[in-house]
Amino acid sequence: MAAVDELAFHEFEEAANLLVETPHAATTCRSDQLTSQDHVAVTVGSSVGYGAEEVEEEGDKTALLQEEKPQPGFWTFGYYQSFFDVDTAQVLDRIKGSLLPWPGHNFVRHHLRNRPDLYGPFWICATLAFVLAVTGNLTLVLAQRRDPSIHYSPQFHKVTVAGITIYCYAWLVPLALWGFLRWRQGARERIGPYTFLETVCVYGYSLFVFIPTVVLWLIPVSWLQWLFGALALTLSAAGLVFTLWPVVREDTRLVAAALLSAVVLLHALLAVGCKLYFFQPLPLERVVPSLQAASLPPNILLPPTQPHPMATS
Amino acid sequence: MAEAEEPLFVGLSDISISQDIPIGGEITIPMRSHTQEFDSSTLNESVRNTIMHDLKAVGKKFMHVLYSRKSNTLLRDWDLWGPLILCVTLALMLQRGTVDGEKDGGPQFAEVFVIVWFGAVTITLNSKLLGGNISFFQSLCVLGYCILPLIVAMMICRLVLLAGPGPVNFMIWLFVVAVMFAWSVIASTAFLADSQPPNHKILAVYPVFQFYFVISWMILTFTPQ
Repeated sequence: MAAVDELAFHEFEEAANLLVETPHAATTCRSDQLTSQDHVAVTVGSSVGYGAEEVEEEGDKTALLQEEKPQPGFWTFGYYQSFFDVDTAQVLDRIKGSLLPWPGHNFVRHHLRNRPDLYGPFWICATLAFVLAVTGNLTLVLAQRRDPSIHYSPQFHKVTVAGITIYCYAWLVPLALWGFLRWRQGARERIGPYTFLETVCVYGYSLFVFIPTVVLWLIPVSWLQWLFGALALTLSAAGLVFTLWPVVREDTRLVAAALLSAVVLLHALLAVGCKLYFFQPLPLERVVPSLQAASLPPNILLPPTQPHPMATS
Repeated sequence: MAEAEEPLFVGLSDISISQDIPIGGEITIPMRSHTQEFDSSTLNESVRNTIMHDLKAVGKKFMHVLYSRKSNTLLRDWDLWGPLILCVTLALMLQRGTVDGEKDGGPQFAEVFVIVWFGAVTITLNSKLLGGNISFFQSLCVLGYCILPLIVAMMICRLVLLAGPGPVNFMIWLFVVAVMFAWSVIASTAFLADSQPPNHKILAVYPVFQFYFVISWMILTFTPQ
């Protein structure tokens, strides 16, 4: 890592204070070691010993400052490789940034900094989908232990449903939002809207806060579940709103308010929908005596069939 | 000084190669390449030989996975037979006999296949996009072979379940699956993490962890009929 510290870059576009936030990022700003860009490029090539993409990353930065490097076409592998050009530290930093939204703290400007990645959104969505399915199943297992008349089954189809829902939400809604912002921005030439990938990144990282929330939904206390859900929704939606606010405030008040409330509403629908579908309200202990009296299914989770008397393991 | 050195160089002119020193030799192709010509044309050997040869290669790789040695056999002589056999075995073992609800059952045969193969392809693509220098099929091979510990866990679990349901049996089942899950992750990480630069190691390993976690969960939720 000493080799990275020796690299000297002079950032022309970003303020120095933004660089302070990520000490492990690939760029360091030292005004006393100002060298020409060519020299920096040579230094990079000789000192960094590992990782071809590390050299490419620095080379890309210096090339950007020198000249316009031709972008590889979107049908080439290299095009997509440029979106996975992130370190572990950067991904963790972006996740932290999405967990703690701050009013003036624009996620795109502070954390993405013109380098959106596809790794975060894709794997956060995958994790969330699987965690939803697994914890939903676990809830059923735990409920069945308390109340043996509930029929347990693996319900594997919920994995498919979870996956499709999360991925559609995290990719189609940013597409719609991006399209809408582009259409509105066409009327005025103020601050540029975010690129499609930056919007996808914002949505993807904002879904991260739901992962621990879903795990906490295992606790079978109903009001606690709704409390956690509300907390997660607030954090997530706040992150989205604070990020979208600089772009949207240029617009008319009506459009801005409508857009932000639509974003928050969709997010809330996702959270509530997941909660109700995967963690359907299960009866507490006091309902058990009434089960023995009636032969109706104890909750809406069961399909409308007779409860099976057999006990599965 | 020059007079002292001159006697040293005097004898140089007298040096000549005697005709008696044999400097000739023979260049012959050793017998090994002769048999290599036969090995490459396995069409000539009987089907049984070919199948046994392939099965032995697959079995050798199983041993490498189980004993987690850092050998390169899995990477060098990759094949997809092993992963296919393991995937079919896993899908067959996760089948339930009769399912009472169409939508409420465990994973169907095709679902297991899709999860295993699409999961492996996704992880491989992720690894390559992050800049790993492992080839596509090598990575599929490694991920497929490292399902073997979980298959062993599944077999143990079926035996445990034959003893009847109960909390102790479930604890044993959970413990076995957890141990085998850790074994799978460690075995595949040993191959895959090495191909990544250090700052991408965790990014490349996390999807592998998730992949084997999903397969372990499918095994854990298995309820026989």
